[in-house]
Amino acid sequence: MEKSGNILFSGVGGQGILLASEIVAYALLDAGFDAKKSEVHGMAQRGGSVTAELRYGKKVYSPLIEPGKVDLQMAFEMMEAVRYLPMLHKGSRVIVNTQKLLPPSVANGSVEYPENILDKLTEKGITVIPVDAFALASEAGEIKTVNVVMVGVLSNFLPMATSVYEEVIRAHVKERFRDVNLKAFALGRNVS
Amino acid sequence: MNKNQFWMSGNEALALGAFEAAVSVASGYPGTPSTEILENLVKYDEVYCEWAPNEKVGLEVAIGASFAGSRALATMKHVGLNVAADPLFTAAYTGVRGGLVVITADDPEMHSSQNEQDNRNYAFAAKLPMLEPSDPAETKEFIKLGYRLSEELDTPVLVRMTTRVSHVKGIVEKGEIAPRAVASVVKNAPKQVMLPALARKRRAYVEERMAKNREIAETIEINRVEMGDTKRGFICSGVSYLYVKEVFPEASVLKLGMCWPLPEKKIKAFADSVDELFIVEELDPFLETHIKAMGVTCKGKELVPDQGELNSAIVRRSIAPETAEKCFDASALPPRPPNMCAGCPHRGIFFNLSRMNVFVSGDIGCYTLGFLPPLSAMDSCVCMGASVTIAHGMIKALENAGAQGEPVHNKVVSVIGDSTFMHSGITGLLNSVYNGSSATLIILDNRITAMTGQQQNPASGKSIKGDPATSLDIEGLCRALGVKHIWTVNPHEVPETRKILKEAIDCEEMSVVVSRAPCVLLPEMKERKPVSYYTRQENCVGCGSCIRLGCPAISWTKFGEGEAEAQGYKKTQKGVSKIDENICNSCGQCASLCKFDAITRKEA
Repeated sequence: MEKSGNILFSGVGGQGILLASEIVAYALLDAGFDAKKSEVHGMAQRGGSVTAELRYGKKVYSPLIEPGKVDLQMAFEMMEAVRYLPMLHKGSRVIVNTQKLLPPSVANGSVEYPENILDKLTEKGITVIPVDAFALASEAGEIKTVNVVMVGVLSNFLPMATSVYEEVIRAHVKERFRDVNLKAFALGRNVS
Repeated sequence: MNKNQFWMSGNEALALGAFEAAVSVASGYPGTPSTEILENLVKYDEVYCEWAPNEKVGLEVAIGASFAGSRALATMKHVGLNVAADPLFTAAYTGVRGGLVVITADDPEMHSSQNEQDNRNYAFAAKLPMLEPSDPAETKEFIKLGYRLSEELDTPVLVRMTTRVSHVKGIVEKGEIAPRAVASVVKNAPKQVMLPALARKRRAYVEERMAKNREIAETIEINRVEMGDTKRGFICSGVSYLYVKEVFPEASVLKLGMCWPLPEKKIKAFADSVDELFIVEELDPFLETHIKAMGVTCKGKELVPDQGELNSAIVRRSIAPETAEKCFDASALPPRPPNMCAGCPHRGIFFNLSRMNVFVSGDIGCYTLGFLPPLSAMDSCVCMGASVTIAHGMIKALENAGAQGEPVHNKVVSVIGDSTFMHSGITGLLNSVYNGSSATLIILDNRITAMTGQQQNPASGKSIKGDPATSLDIEGLCRALGVKHIWTVNPHEVPETRKILKEAIDCEEMSVVVSRAPCVLLPEMKERKPVSYYTRQENCVGCGSCIRLGCPAISWTKFGEGEAEAQGYKKTQKGVSKIDENICNSCGQCASLCKFDAITRKEA
């Protein structure tokens, strides 16, 4: 079991990154870790690139992850998996939702979405774990649960038991969305 | 975590601290990164909270509550303190009855701000104590301490938050709740009527108070020495302390929880105890300047950047560059800047403005994003309310010294949101009317303060608690100010709006267009189960009208060689548009622009 770690969440405003990072944070706290999480609100949230940084250990000082020190990255979109390359190191593991969300310059046809973009990570020796979280979220019955599917995948790389996450989801997700989120978590957890 | 510990952001912890300190009245104006303070404080029924139309009003309300003997809180972002500076500087003279804490939430790096001023300078200039917590747990304790200091020293107390304290989550422990003071009316003219003869006496008191405050700074527990290796010593405050601890856990540190006034004896003794002294602080060399003025030798801004946020990597690189490790280079990618949401009513206005030959004097809010391509329809943005007044100044310059014989009234348009208009646009409009401006003002009324995350305001019809409140009649107010030409438009009807904007701009007297449509992120808008629009691709001629809206739901598929003909389009057609129905918020702006019946509403 790792004694400390740095998790970077990256994606596009509106993908539910903050909720995902909250679930993981609560699970780490339940396991007895100290933790700090940093977010940016306001203008950055309007459809732009969004990140949350979560650090855990016996005692955490800085709320920000140092470049080159990310252990696990949860990327909710393919391009957003690569945007923070300077934050990663050779031993980093990057879980990627293989969805493409088009930034304005691609949507209006002025530039192309980069091809085989994940190669930029693998060629550095970084471990990439691609997941079709959108398909799994649809299977769970709600496309908005992409974030919780991703938490399910991530849970395989953290020391806490499934029941810890399930309890956190029950405590922090509105009742009418609870079952679909638990299902989304389970589908993510079972991705091998 | 034990059952008394909670996972909280700095702003949530601040609200908890205010609650535990038995704050009775809190007022403020939303602004990143301060907004969530009042949003959380309002959850405690014991505290009266309100959104004020601007920060000056908010602080004055808090001063009033303090005069009535209650503990009071005013919250704002850094630039908001500029607006509230007038009452702040004189409240330093009046002092307090109930404790008064003023929050300034600074935004180094300008994540969501127009400048990155360092508001520690206000503590120096206004002669007030300032506390600077490093994390959520400290924030809660510092707020409670702030109220004790405020009452002990008879002074307002400034607490400086920054983005990486306000929006950082950490473990916070709940504590005891202080008893609440009984409010009452007590007249105390020598202390509360600041006319010159009385103010001069209070002026002298301010200096006495600062002397006493400096003594407190020497012994207060939040100014703490952590002795370690004496090779390097650091003086720091706020979040910078955490970066120093991360990088140099073995070093000696003087952590200043109170960053003004400074404990001179303590600083000198610490400086003498280490071989080399470094001042690590974000933005201005505030501590450094005052410490150097004490005659202490130290290093600061010649090593540490004076712009943007710090982090542990920057601190490492600045102080011990030989230990910095090489990181992967960034990969060139198409940028993903923030964008107006799909279905945003502002888009219809900026699309039209981008096609009119006018200077657009802009303002602060989501609509500042109208600056970005493809709309690129904003030509200035300075501060809250400045859209109206800058337009007026330009008009007067053009009238007075522009090219002979050229019309002036159709050159400049100002654009302001509903909340910003009420914050500080109203007096500007009054000035424009009084002084005979011929500009056009567009008020983007989306029924909420949207940029900061949906806060109620005096026109939204609800209080901070969500209870019904009197709603400002914006058109009625404009009429009362003397505006004779007022239109109200639905910005989603793009061509119709264009006609009215033209009429308003052609008008030779001050004109106002109220663009009224609710923000798509309002809960009631999200709940309405939108019926999306879709593209009948067989009708699309690839004219690009809808693409030029820059809506995130619409994308362009380029045709390759021979593809157009193969798919049954004209040989010369370059591509087709497509609406992503998962993203569409069914505003219909694209449909109002499409002349080829290629965009249709999907009926349920």
